Amino acid sequence: MEFTHQLIQQLINGVSLGSIYALIALGYTMVYGIIRLINFAHGDIYMLGAYVGFFATTTFKMPFLPALIMAMAVAAVVGIVIERAAYRPLRQAPKIAVLITAIGVSLLLEYGGMILVTPQPRTFPAVFPAHTYNIGGIIVNNQQIVILAVSIALMVLLTYIVHRTKTGKAMRAVSFDTDAARLMGIDVDRIISITFAIGSGLAAAAGVLVGIYYNSIDPLMGIMPGLKAFVAAVLGGIGIIPGAMLGGIILGVIEALVSGFISSTFRDAAAFAILIVILLFRPSGLLGKNVREKV
Amino acid sequence: MLKVDSINVYYGGIHALKGVSLEVREGEIVTLIGANGAGKSTTLRTISGLIKPKNGQIEFEGKNITGVPAHHIVSLGISQVPEGRRVFANMSVLENLELGAYLRQDAKGVEADMAQVFERFPRLAERKSQLAGTLSGGEQQMLAMGRALMSRPRLLLLDEPSMGLAPLLVKEIFAIIKDINAGGTTILLVEQNANMALSIADTAYVLETGRITLSGTAKELSQSEAIRKAYLGG
Repeated sequence: MEFTHQLIQQLINGVSLGSIYALIALGYTMVYGIIRLINFAHGDIYMLGAYVGFFATTTFKMPFLPALIMAMAVAAVVGIVIERAAYRPLRQAPKIAVLITAIGVSLLLEYGGMILVTPQPRTFPAVFPAHTYNIGGIIVNNQQIVILAVSIALMVLLTYIVHRTKTGKAMRAVSFDTDAARLMGIDVDRIISITFAIGSGLAAAAGVLVGIYYNSIDPLMGIMPGLKAFVAAVLGGIGIIPGAMLGGIILGVIEALVSGFISSTFRDAAAFAILIVILLFRPSGLLGKNVREKV
Repeated sequence: MLKVDSINVYYGGIHALKGVSLEVREGEIVTLIGANGAGKSTTLRTISGLIKPKNGQIEFEGKNITGVPAHHIVSLGISQVPEGRRVFANMSVLENLELGAYLRQDAKGVEADMAQVFERFPRLAERKSQLAGTLSGGEQQMLAMGRALMSRPRLLLLDEPSMGLAPLLVKEIFAIIKDINAGGTTILLVEQNANMALSIADTAYVLETGRITLSGTAKELSQSEAIRKAYLGG
């Protein structure tokens, strides 16, 4: 009984943590799907989102939902600007050049952020009073419920956009075959901008949710979750949207189980052990097909 | 309708098209034949705006379209069926056709054209919600053609529509091309199957290692000794 309780408890913790990873992983996977770039600055967009959420709720006294939307909007614009300024000029350059640029952008956001907002961690305000519910010994708090509800809502919205709207179909077309998409009259640069906007918005939402959950934010907070979301995206199959969702949740659950049943110091090791195992045995990810990249 | 005037195209250091000129008149079927690697696909890709020529000029309906990006070329009335079909394999037949009409705002017209495509290719109608990747080669070719027609092109560029298809299917596809042309769409057809191409074309050009070496009416060319030897198997 004790074990079952503990298990269910960790599963609940894992799913809420995992939905955060999933939101960040979506941006990685969408950008990879469309321009085959691992955007290492993506974790820092999540940090940026957390800070916009912080200032929106403190300085501007905004309630939760408007602050969330504002963070997503600002991050979307920053995402578009980064793509235009840093990645677009390198469209024809070797991939390694773009990858190095992405790392540069990441460092710029981290340490530029420190100049702007100081390296001091900040306490995220309680945007709504915390409640904990005890359901037969299992503890759930309303923050976890909000995280899950917002993540699910965003993922449903994203799935709708990608599958039902013209822009979403264009995104899938560009991701599958860029030249064929051009022949349909699709403005590929515009679709890439939209992809960066959506991915950055989702990461920012994750940043705000984490701020609420852990109460503390700092300019380097994006590094670890960024790397782990990358693991999640690879786990699900990079470039595959449902894969990022699945990979995020699985990673969150594994981490929660490891910290609950073994030790929380092994948590990060578990995440990267998964990356190694996946790369060894199923490099295309859980939902990926084993196809060789086209030349 | 389309005038290509001495275009030079480079791929990195390779001089792929060396001053290629050709003309397509409204209502015609023009074919560009030649061996593998002669630059046939490159010519079509340049007309479609996927590649920019280093110099030379492309004119469509009196307008200079040299260097216009691909997504604008489609809106001008030129549509391409690329080599190897390039259908969106992870999307349904219906979604592929919808993407063909990506730039169009007239929902009614799109619907009517969709019905027309299904009439022309009844096999696609039966497979509307099937993923394009699960279609046979011939069906994929039909889908690629239907998709290109969805933009209501005045000039249709076809790149090797017979590639990898059984002879009976090739006949069917060529009959459809003739039919599309009869409906008022001008056609520029790139083919390795010179026999079939010359049998339906009005005008023909022969491309050899990036240069046009021969041109004339399809009839003249199919009777020419050099062509018979090189492309028609004696």
